[in-house]
Amino acid sequence: MQELNKILSRYAGDKSDLIPLLQDVQSKYGYIGEEHMEEISNFTKVPQSEIYGVATFYTQFRFTPKGKKHIAVCTGTACHVTGAQHVIEGVERHLSIKEGETTPDGEYSLESVGCLGCCALAPAAMVNDEIKSKLSLRSLKKLFR
Amino acid sequence: MKLEEIVLKEKKDYNDLFSNKNAVLIGSATCGNSAGAQIAQKIIKEELEKAEYDCDIVDVGCIGLCYVEPIITVLKPDQPAVFYGNVTKKVARQIVNSHIIKGEPLQEYALGTYGEGRIDGINSLFEEKSMKLQERRILRNCGLIDPTNIGHYLAKGGYSGFMRALAMNSAEIISEMKKAGVRGRGGAGFPTWMKWQFCIDSNQETNYLICNADEGDPGAFMNRSLLESDPHSVLEGILIAAKTIHAEKAYIYCRAEYPLALERLEIAIAQMEENGLLGENIQGSGFNLEIIIKEGAGAFVCGEETALMASIEGERGTPRTRPPFPTTEGLFGKPTVINNVETMASAALILQKGAETYSDVGTKESKGTKTFSLVGQVKNTGLIEVPLGTTLKEVIFDIGGGIVDDGNFKAVQIGGPSGGCVPLHHIDTPIDYSSLIGVGAMMGSGGLVVMDEKTCMVEVARYFLEFIQRESCGKCVPCRLGTKQMLDVLTDITEGKGTEEDLEILPNLAQGIKQGSLCALGQSSPNPVLTTTRFFMNEYESHIKNRICPAKECKEFIQFAIDPQLCDGCMVCLKSCPVGAVSGSKDEVHEIDLDKCIKCGTCMDLCKKKKNAVEVVNAL
Repeated sequence: MQELNKILSRYAGDKSDLIPLLQDVQSKYGYIGEEHMEEISNFTKVPQSEIYGVATFYTQFRFTPKGKKHIAVCTGTACHVTGAQHVIEGVERHLSIKEGETTPDGEYSLESVGCLGCCALAPAAMVNDEIKSKLSLRSLKKLFR
Repeated sequence: MKLEEIVLKEKKDYNDLFSNKNAVLIGSATCGNSAGAQIAQKIIKEELEKAEYDCDIVDVGCIGLCYVEPIITVLKPDQPAVFYGNVTKKVARQIVNSHIIKGEPLQEYALGTYGEGRIDGINSLFEEKSMKLQERRILRNCGLIDPTNIGHYLAKGGYSGFMRALAMNSAEIISEMKKAGVRGRGGAGFPTWMKWQFCIDSNQETNYLICNADEGDPGAFMNRSLLESDPHSVLEGILIAAKTIHAEKAYIYCRAEYPLALERLEIAIAQMEENGLLGENIQGSGFNLEIIIKEGAGAFVCGEETALMASIEGERGTPRTRPPFPTTEGLFGKPTVINNVETMASAALILQKGAETYSDVGTKESKGTKTFSLVGQVKNTGLIEVPLGTTLKEVIFDIGGGIVDDGNFKAVQIGGPSGGCVPLHHIDTPIDYSSLIGVGAMMGSGGLVVMDEKTCMVEVARYFLEFIQRESCGKCVPCRLGTKQMLDVLTDITEGKGTEEDLEILPNLAQGIKQGSLCALGQSSPNPVLTTTRFFMNEYESHIKNRICPAKECKEFIQFAIDPQLCDGCMVCLKSCPVGAVSGSKDEVHEIDLDKCIKCGTCMDLCKKKKNAVEVVNAL
């Protein structure tokens, strides 16, 4: 909780701080837990239910931990017409998980995202902070190294 | 040091880099990095160290030729610069040892030269067909300056527009913007000067400026590229706009999915502060400004002005009714101007070069240039900038080089999910605000997704509806339930469960959603259906009546088969099948187990280059 307090101390506690706060908590812990929500509520004086309402509205926020390698497959238009669905299915098959899930050993998690803006080299996926482009079912193996 | 003195020094340094130094520029925007720019850079560094050769390495942004990333540029004294594409490790080594060290350019990998002088066998980059039709104004610095170095921007005339604006009053700046005829580059095309004027007219003490860098439109990445390649050009526009509307606080609302753009913005803002271009009493003018970056959190609807403001205020990003318009009652209840990234960059350009220069290209109603991301089944994918009024055909075939694998053009999706698919017989349509609306599309933010014959237009419409339905904020019923209903109907059709009644339901739904939705997301959500039914009704009918997907894309309608006459049992399809659906032994005809087959098409793609024995046949 010390880390959390450090994050909170950077903010004034206004309501407009809510989303940046949630973003900072998520980038520190990888997700937003109930205990974090409670502390943020005490700090900003915004009820927990409302914070949850805001957090669930935005696709960026997650409430369960990510895998060590987080694979976010782009489903933008360019990626869609060049085979994003095959990429997602390929990853699902390889990891035996569904989109939105994390492998039981916590190694990998998978989700789809709106558009990574790497359309010229579609289909693309972001693995942690790195964008992998021109993916194909055959080149998917590289993601798991 | 005064800004004028800094500019003089930076100009000298920048010119020195391009005319007197050994240097290599690495295109390291997101596209370049994902294609291996950092790997190329590492190799170049190693080779230079090995040879103990003195050469600067400079990170630059993206020049727009994303299809040949990674791109590097070699600068040698008294020679034009040479752009190289597809720089693999091997090519990088060769470039260092041949061009950089020995001064012998490599023709076979060169994309073109830039600057004065000629090199035998290599054409000037900007004389190539795909570049010649372009007019690079907003993108003038992209790929040619270090985006993390304010000095480079200053050397290229940066912030001279703002300095000019400092000596002008609001009315004068607005008149210049009006003369330029610039319209909002976020898509709707509202005259920028008018928006600024409305804000001033609301006569309040506190005004806010927001630069919308949310770019949630799938298939568009112009804003990302510009922010990564030339962030100061956007920031200069923000300074000018804020000064005009008397705002002391400006927000940049940028997508969290763009980490590199965010990083470069932060660096650029710090440099502005160091150089007295931000903060209190900027350049002794009495004008104060603070710029705050707000990261978006992944909601397409936040591209909608009122939703965006709700998000900054810490609320769910749901739109509200307008009026009151943001210029009267916006962020925290105060008058607020919201402009797109490219609009900001245009403001900087107008003040730098003057309204007349800005508007000397374009059409009567649509002035200047527009950047587009040209993607999909087109050969030369990337970022382009053309005068408004350029036709779709010129963009796709002359600049884009035509369709991949020499396939046939079917349609181009323009304007994102809110836009439309323009078919072949409208390909001579000029790209300007009104002509596009005439063919059922819209400018939107500028994503051009090219589709070939293998793209099913019903599936495209379904895809967009799926996107819109997921991104609907849910506040108003027509959008929340209407788009869901539309999606269900389209899904049925693509799964072979469509009925003729569906073709009556769709236009009715479209009408209702268009009229009844609260914001532009809902109001434009039927567009993918309206344009695809308008131009591709035969494809809808074929799915429903003939049980055939003409593009052979919809999985329920197709199955894969191996032609025993053509198969020579080379095992390529068997080895590559991700689910082990192919059986057979070496040199014997193979077979596909249809129960196991997931219809991914990998076998067909691979066999195409060998025997072309895998084919798609109708399943229904």
